[in-house]
Amino acid sequence: MSAENDQHPRDKQAGRRDFLKQSSAMMALALTPPLVIKAAAHDEAIAGIFEKMPVNMEINGKKMQLSVEPRTTLLDLLREQLALTGTKKGCDHGQCGACTVHVNGRRINSCLTLAVMQEGNQVTTIEGIANGDQLHPVQEAFIKHDGFQCGYCTPGQIMSAVACIREGHAGSPEQIREFMSGNICRCGAYDNIVNAIVDVKSGGKTV
Amino acid sequence: MNQFSYVRPANLKAAIDAVAKDKSARFIAGGTNLLDLMKSGVVTSEKLVDINRLPLKDIQLSEGALHIGALVLNSDLAAHDLVKTQHPLLSQALLAGASQQLRNMATVGGNMMQRTRCTYFYDTTMPCNKRAPNSGCGAIGGINRMHAIFGASDSCIAVHPSDMCVALAALDAMVLVTGPKGSRRIPFTDFHRLPGNTPQLDNNLGKGELITAVEIPSNHFTKNIYYLKVRDRASYAFALVSVAVALDIRDGVIHEARLAMGGVAHKPWRLPEAEKALAGKAPTAENFRIAAGIATQSAKAYKHNMFKPALALNSIQTALQKAASV
Repeated sequence: MSAENDQHPRDKQAGRRDFLKQSSAMMALALTPPLVIKAAAHDEAIAGIFEKMPVNMEINGKKMQLSVEPRTTLLDLLREQLALTGTKKGCDHGQCGACTVHVNGRRINSCLTLAVMQEGNQVTTIEGIANGDQLHPVQEAFIKHDGFQCGYCTPGQIMSAVACIREGHAGSPEQIREFMSGNICRCGAYDNIVNAIVDVKSGGKTV
Repeated sequence: MNQFSYVRPANLKAAIDAVAKDKSARFIAGGTNLLDLMKSGVVTSEKLVDINRLPLKDIQLSEGALHIGALVLNSDLAAHDLVKTQHPLLSQALLAGASQQLRNMATVGGNMMQRTRCTYFYDTTMPCNKRAPNSGCGAIGGINRMHAIFGASDSCIAVHPSDMCVALAALDAMVLVTGPKGSRRIPFTDFHRLPGNTPQLDNNLGKGELITAVEIPSNHFTKNIYYLKVRDRASYAFALVSVAVALDIRDGVIHEARLAMGGVAHKPWRLPEAEKALAGKAPTAENFRIAAGIATQSAKAYKHNMFKPALALNSIQTALQKAASV
């Protein structure tokens, strides 16, 4: 969907205001000595409106030094800057779970966090859970149980399922349904997804 | 999202200064609601002050009260031993809200600060007194199925969406805040506001004031408790109506009762008259029916939520029965 088609007249006005504000800020920036833009002593980190900011993260086991705009979400960093497009953008509002990744071992919606907020953190995406060519047990189970149709929600479902088992929230089909409720599947593969998780859990493999 | 500058202050004072001194600056913790609002253009902050590194993540007993740091994650709080054993109502309410992914991001303070999910508030092409004061209310004459039945005004009929807050209101929690002028304590039921003529104000925090902790006084509500959430699907949806019940039953008599509702008002809705009606009574279906009747007496419905007063009446009775029979 193009942003232009979406724009309401009020948004266009806002856009013009923003532009004027930005141009004057840009001018101010150009005239400001570089020292002033540097972090004040009591701040651990700071980035101006037009500045990119350095961020260190470990992504799928690889230490990375990155540079991002403050408004870049973790999801956009992964997909647009690092070409890790396995993590999907579904709703971009935390309602569908397609963007689920692990941060420091916990599942989160990567669309609702800023990349700059993840300084020093370990991020695991769907690209990071297989062991070389050996699929992760949850990936294998999704194939075995046909846990998808179109596949768009699948990376998020799998990342969520791995975490669900690790958290100890895969004790029964009912508990799995409750703790997987943050991942929507428009094709309706829910039964097969639950079966896949039950299979992995009861198989006793380390996930 | 509009562009903004980003600050990660090293301490509480720097964080408060950063917001107090900049009109368009806001705190960001989990970000699950704020970033959503910024993507929709409902909020256009020019500076975000990231408080996630501040030392507000402790859960501890202090002089009998459970002290919960404002940055404790919703998932951690729900799973904490002290919460599960001493305030299980809070644990139940937390787990009824959002999804595990969101609970892994959302903080206690952020949960309290979340905005209404009224669709007119979110839609920037619609009038909304909460988003744009004096622009009118789209919901009053519009689709108002999710909206308030208690305490609403001609300006706003939005509801507060939190589950956690309903439990904290029932448990007489205290909110600890620090701002440019120092620290103060606000009773939980006085933290959020009714809409009146100023629905743009969700709560009574001043500019630059930051929630640092919530404290729950010790109580006897460890056994006969229940959080009932009625919604359009079995999980991961906002409440049409929710009911938090805590009963202290001794020798077959209700010594003390606490009742609060979610999804029905601009703030977590305590039901003091119904609580009084239950005190000293036996936990019987008839007494529950009378209390639920008292609780819903002042309900006022709109075109699409005419079902809510009856749903509230039945939900209160169900929740009371569940709590009493545990």
